[in-house]
Formats: sequence, structure tokens, C-alpha cells
Amino acid sequence: MSEIDPGAVALQAADEISSPDDSREVGRRRLRKEDARLVTGQTNWTDNIQFPGMVHMAVLRSPMAHARITRVDVSAALERPGVVAAYSGRDLADEQGALPCAWPVTADMKHPNHPPLAVDEVRYVGDGVAVVVARDRYAAADALEAIEVDYEQLPAVVDMEQALKDEVLVHSDLGTNRCFTWPFAGGDYDVAKSKADVVVKRRFLQQRLIPTAMEPRSVVVAPIAAADEYTVYSATQIPHILRLMLAMVTGTPEHKIRVIAPDVGGGFGSKLNVYAEEVLALVVAKRLGRPVKWTETRSEGYQATIHGRDQIQDIEIAATSDGTLLGLKVDLMADMGAYLQLVTPGVPLLGAFMFNAIYKMEALSFTCHGVFTTKTPTDAYRGAGRPEATFAIERIMDELAAELGMDPMELRRKNWIRHEEFPYTTVAGLTYDSGNYEAATAKAMELFDYDGLRREQDKRRADKDPVQLGIGISTFTEMCGLAPSRVLGSLSYGAGGWEAAAIRMLPTGKVEVVTGTAPHGQGHVTAWSQIAADALGVPFEDVEVIHSDTRAAPQGMDTYGSRSLVVGGVAVHLACGKVIDKAKRVAAHLLEAAENDVEFAGGSFSVKGSPEAKLSIQEVALATFASHNFPEGMEPTLNSDYVMDPENFSFPHGTHLCAVEVDTETGFVKIRKYVAVDDVGRVINPIIVEGQVHGGLAQGIAQALFEEALYDADGNLTTGTLVDYYVPTAADLPRFTTDRTETPATSNPLGVKGVGEAGTIASTPAVVNAVVDALRPRGVVDVPMPCSPEHVWRALQQGGAK
Amino acid sequence: MARIRTTVDGVRYDDDVEPRLLLVHYLRERLGRTGTPVGCDTSNCGACTVHLDGKAVKSCTVLAVQADGAEVTTIQGLATDGEWHPVQKAFHERHALQCGYCTPGMIMAAVDLLNENPTPSEDEVREGLEGNLCRCTGYQNIVDAVLQAAGQLKSGEAVRS
Repeated sequence: MSEIDPGAVALQAADEISSPDDSREVGRRRLRKEDARLVTGQTNWTDNIQFPGMVHMAVLRSPMAHARITRVDVSAALERPGVVAAYSGRDLADEQGALPCAWPVTADMKHPNHPPLAVDEVRYVGDGVAVVVARDRYAAADALEAIEVDYEQLPAVVDMEQALKDEVLVHSDLGTNRCFTWPFAGGDYDVAKSKADVVVKRRFLQQRLIPTAMEPRSVVVAPIAAADEYTVYSATQIPHILRLMLAMVTGTPEHKIRVIAPDVGGGFGSKLNVYAEEVLALVVAKRLGRPVKWTETRSEGYQATIHGRDQIQDIEIAATSDGTLLGLKVDLMADMGAYLQLVTPGVPLLGAFMFNAIYKMEALSFTCHGVFTTKTPTDAYRGAGRPEATFAIERIMDELAAELGMDPMELRRKNWIRHEEFPYTTVAGLTYDSGNYEAATAKAMELFDYDGLRREQDKRRADKDPVQLGIGISTFTEMCGLAPSRVLGSLSYGAGGWEAAAIRMLPTGKVEVVTGTAPHGQGHVTAWSQIAADALGVPFEDVEVIHSDTRAAPQGMDTYGSRSLVVGGVAVHLACGKVIDKAKRVAAHLLEAAENDVEFAGGSFSVKGSPEAKLSIQEVALATFASHNFPEGMEPTLNSDYVMDPENFSFPHGTHLCAVEVDTETGFVKIRKYVAVDDVGRVINPIIVEGQVHGGLAQGIAQALFEEALYDADGNLTTGTLVDYYVPTAADLPRFTTDRTETPATSNPLGVKGVGEAGTIASTPAVVNAVVDALRPRGVVDVPMPCSPEHVWRALQQGGAK
Repeated sequence: MARIRTTVDGVRYDDDVEPRLLLVHYLRERLGRTGTPVGCDTSNCGACTVHLDGKAVKSCTVLAVQADGAEVTTIQGLATDGEWHPVQKAFHERHALQCGYCTPGMIMAAVDLLNENPTPSEDEVREGLEGNLCRCTGYQNIVDAVLQAAGQLKSGEAVRS
């Protein structure tokens, strides 16, 4: 067969870019070290853990969106077989503390009290009211039925615009449902707009999404009562932050808490939190002096684990008649849900700096209103703020192109930052260190056959084909690698953005890399092994990576925001550099040479000019262990650590192109072709990068076409199970064509940018732009997400009526 | 309580169980076969897929008593003499897993699919795995792994698109 095989071409090309030198680990398509356990079932999920005498906790949840609790009686539950204890919120009121929000975005932000178990009032369906502890999970679940609760129902408010009228207050003590208003500006939008020939205004809705990591949340707390010590096993992305927060919330001394995140089955932001059940399990384990386990059921998790997105975006773009952008005005409403979780109010702020995306303009005006409603709290979901921003700008670029009668790619090309203009400080004040939008776009256009598909589109339009073809573009960037601590401080975030690494050189020359990141699918064990193998000149197989245990890896800021490689992986690289510095001094001593004359290459130290005088890093490690013959005054260790605080965010970018077939009779959308060319800087392991892109695409496409969390007017989650909330299957998704360009980041020594969220951020607008493009001749200018057959059909009826 | 006799991954067990006990909880909590995880409560996700007398079932949808007299194979019993099943190998070689939580069920479903149809097309693989959800991979590498295990793809070969 002579047909072109873009997939194979892509694999080959990427390898050539990444691995010019075969001896280097970085850039190699290494199969993952993590897999052996995972494909054989030798796993350690939190719910697998059993301890002698362990009891199971179950949580009774509010069936009402908003109600006053007038009575809770757990006495009948205590009579049920196997039940050990039962507590109401009032019973635990003195110990349970309040769940933390680490991001008070404004000085006057309304920050409601958030008890792990509601005491006086419930504010969303799923709010915890009482707990039962029993000898097995079935007995605990049974006993929930015996708890009597009297509620006095209060009105629900589920719609943000309704909530902002303050007719129904979610928190009556706050006096308003407005959590905060956060304004931000670069340049003067009104001045920019006054010069405009064209102004396009749109309202886009970011529907509510449910992250749905495949592993439900689970926590086990094992106490040593006599010593007041607690080991907390949790399916969390943030073991280090969780330890600190559990100490602060419960008053337990921090050094008496050890948090372990065992195998964690995905997170996507949903496990980047401090949850009521983690606090409750600790409080109950303290009370009972025995191990306590809680594992959510999926349907329970749909109410009690954070949701994502849920914004109303009013966006206005101003341009001249030749398509030169002048300014952008963004007014957001962001649904907080009923309470603030760990970073709830900060999520839309992470998008604030990204609305201008890759484009040059004079002015950006941004305002975000955080709003309380009687719904499950929202928080970070893959991309967190940046998918919303990217969606809005990439959608309105298409709308502007249509208004101007320009090709949408031409409009983008006219306005994006040219590769020779980097580093470039944007209207939002960020300095993009590097990028090459021209290169990524050229590659994507070629793989996609843009011109050929446009011709087919013209033909289908001319033929009045009931199945129309649409082409969608997303030329995106994002800010990731969270984050420079000083920037987080300027945004009022409660912690820094550094990451820690430590290298332990064992006497046999094997290496333990201790990382502060907390992988849950990202392949850090493999990738960090590659980084360390190169930096230390040891075999890939000789490296082990230790993580996600506050006692074994004591310092860390954990995994989210596409930060792990850019901050944590770079920390590993820099810590290895310190090992080599020490080892060089030892080698010089042993080789009886001046340190300046010793060179390190390929895992060996040699003396300039006499290559036969040589010591391997393993020999130096053993000599250090013995330390019989050691440099005067030097500590006998090669072990080194590094805490890396990034100087800037990183800015991955890329060009995604999507072709869809839309059946105008049924509203059904089929993705015909999807091409993603991503520039994530230097690549450590192409296999892992491709996998991250694939998964990211799936989640972004899921928002575009399939997923939507819905509430009825009374505040009931009507998509409360996996039957009702549609997570796409293998049959729903297309084969993706992925490729890369590599423009190294200049802000870190590895040149890496991060890849965890890129696919999700880029793909949603590419797909929706394609759907709208297919239907634009029929008068359709938007299809609300998800672009389900119903939404497409309704848009056609409305568009056609114009 | 009901008395059941099962063979799980080649080992015989006799147990008294509550009639309502789900097979997956019997495997995990009574037998300690924790390789098979639970991902939902509505039989949608397929993470708990095992083989019951050689056929794939979602073990959250089967009662332990229904496994009486039956042979159960879980992900932990799929390798023979320490040699991974071709589907396990292909999942590793094709990077068909990230967090790995769906993997046991996905592999067991894929093995069943190939037993039924040893030479599936890409579309047949996608439709055959519709009952198993993965949130990490976007499925592409899973599909390729199954095609590779079926001999439809060579190791490292890309699918023609």
C-alpha cells in the first residue's frame, strides 16, 4: 500500500528531534517502569488496604439542596448489627474544624464556614450530615437508613444570575451570594474599542463537568492511639498539602501525621483537595483508636467530590476591518457551588491571563464574579481556568473571522506573536519565553490536508448534502508549570510553587530519586529515572523513584497544573548536578588530580590529558560509603537535594485542527479527523507525552460533545450516576493524529514545558468551532456545549429561523 | 449465609457468604484478590471485569453465590507460569495504561473480545470495549494494544489512518 501513514511519520520525526544522541535517556521511548504492577493486578489502591480491627465509615448525605437541620438522631443506627459508632455534625462540632480554602482571591472575599459535617444547615444535595462506623462496609451502609434527620426545607438557588439577585441566600450570614469580584486590566479597553471597525460580542456557557477519575476517592486512617500518631492513606494528588491541612484543620501536630498516597487511580484535579471525609476519618480514628476506612461509591462521589468548569462568559472582541485585534473584554460569572474548597475561587484567575492567548492586542479587560449556589462545590478540573479562557478566545476568533469574511486561520496568523518576537510580554503582563506558532501550524495544516477538506466542505455545501463538513481550529497556548512562588503570592495564594528533589547514592551505585511530586498516572517513575540516568551517567534500570509518602519523601508540593516535570523534574536534574559536583571533588582526591582537571562524561570521572586515570560514579559512590580516603573537611556523602522555585511559568502551545461531519437531520456529530501538533518543549519520553495528549484530547472532546452535569430547579443533580453522566467510550472517540514541534523553554535548564493539560485545553474549541463551521451557512453562530444531537438540532431550528 | 465453592485463579475456596455479597467484594475482601478494583456502582465502567467460566462479567453485577461451582479468573491469574498474557504484554508495549485503574477490567474484557473474535477490525475493538471506561488514555493506545495482541499490528507499528 502506498498511502501515507501520518502516525508512523509522526513517530519517526519526533524521535529524530528528541534523541539526536542514542546514548542519552532523555528523549527515548522508554516503556514504563510503573506498568508491571498495574497490568498484573499487584496494586496498592487505598481501598485495598486492610488493618486488624479496621472499621468502615459511611456518610449520610443531605437529600435536599438547602435546608435547616432541626434534629439528628443516630441512636437507632447504633442498634444495628456491626455498628461501632455514629455521629452527627453536632457530635463532632468541637473536633472537626472547617475545611480549608487556600486561595482568598480578594481581601473582601466572602469565605463561608465549611464544617466537614453540616451542623445547622445543609447547602447542597450530598452535604454530609452524619457518619456511621461499622465492622464492614455493608453494615455501615445499612445503618445509614436508621439515622433520623428532620429538615426544614429552604429554597434552592442553582442559577448564577438568579443567585446574584440575592433573593435566596446560600449563606444567610454572609448577606450575599457574591463571593468576590476580581478585576484585572492590561491597557485601556475603551480606548482600544474606540478605534475599532468591528466589535463582536458573544456569551459562551462552560457547562458543569464531573471529573470522574476511574478510582473513586478513598481514605484509611491508622492511628497509634498511645502516641497520638496517625498514618493517613488517601487517594489524593496532594499528600504533602493534605498533611499540612489536616494538621491545621484538626489541631493534630503536623509531625504526628504521616500521609501516604498509595497507587492513585487518576485525579484530573478532583483529588487536588482536602475533603470532608479525610478530616472525618481522622477525627473518628482519634475517637475510636482504631483504623477507619471510607471509600466513596461512584454515585456518592458525583455529589461529594468537586465538579469542574461552570462559568458564564460574556466576551467582546474589537478589531479593525483588516482583522488587526485591538482589545478584548471579558466578564465572567464563575459558580463556586455551596462552599469554597481548596482552590475554588482561584480557578477562574488561572484563566484571566490566558484570554489574550497567542495574540497581540492593546488592551484586555477582565472581571470575574464568584457566585455561591446550592450545588456541589467546584474546583480545579484538568486545565483549571485555562480551558475556559482558551475556549472563549478561540471561539470568538472564529466569530470575528466570520464577521470579517476572513479565513479563520488567516485571522490568527495576522495576530499571533511571531517566532522572532520572543520573549514577548503580553497584554496580560506575562512574558512568554519561547514559541513557534508558525511551525506548529504549518505541520498541522499539512497533516490535516486543510485545503482538501475545505474543498470537500464547499462541495457538500453546494450539493446541499444533509451531512455537512465543518473545520475547527484551535491555536492555543497555556500557562503551566505552577508556579513562581512570588507570583502565587501576588495572587494571594496560600503557598509557594516550588518543588523538591533529593538524590540518594547507594553504596552499590544504585540511585534513589526522592521527589515531592505525587504521580497518579503520569509516569514520573519512568521519566525521573531517565532524567537522573542522564545527569548521573547511570543505567536507567539502576534508578528507583520514591514519592507520595511524607515520611519517605518529606518535602513536596505535589502534582497538578502541569507542574511536575517543569518544577519537580527540573529539581531532580539540578539535584543530580549537585551530586556530580560532590563526586567530582571525591574523584579528584582519589585520582590525585586538581578538581578543575577532572571531567565527567558518560558516568565516569577522568583527568584531562590522561584518560586512563578514571573512576566510575559507582566507584566514587562506594568510596564515599567507605570514606576511608576522603577529601579533608568534606561531609562523607554524595546525597544532595534541590528545591526548585521556577522563575516563570512555562507556555506550551500548539495547533489543533478538527474536521466534523454534522448530520443536519439528526444533529449527530462525528469527528472525521483530528490533528494535534503540540509544542511542549523538550520531551523526556515521547510515549508518555503522546499518552498525555491523547487523554487530554479525550477529556476536551468530552466537554465539547458529551458531558454535562445538570441540576433541576430544586438543586437535585439529575446526572448523578455514570448512567446519566456520559463519559465517552472507545467507540465514541476517533483516532487522533498527533505530532510535535520542539521549541525548548528558556526558563529552565531542561527546556521542558509540561503536557498534562494541553490536550484538554486545546481540543474543546477546535471541536465546537468545527461544529459551528459546518452549520454557519444555516445561520448558526453557536451551539451550546455539549454539542449533543439535541443541542445541534435546536441550534439548527433557531438558526434556520433567522 | 450460603455455602459456595469457587476456584479463583486456580485456587479452590469454600466459604459461607451473605446471599447479597457481590462477587467483586468477595474477591477483594474475603479472598484478598485486590487486583480487581471497583470503579462504579451502576455497571458502567467495567473496571471490575473478570472471567466467570471463561466469559467476561462485571463482578460488581454478579453475586458471589452465582459464582458457586464456577471458575473465576482475575487479572492476577491471567499470566501463565510467570509469563504475561499477550494482551498484558501489548498493554505495556503500547503504553495502553496511565493510572492503571481501568487496566485489569480492560485487559480481561479485551481477552474475552479476542476469544470471541481473534482478528477484529479497529471498529470492532472500539465497539467491543464499549463497556469499559478509561479516563486517562483516550483509548487509542488501548485499541492499538488489542490489535497488536491479535497480531493485526506489529510491535511498534502505527495504524494507518
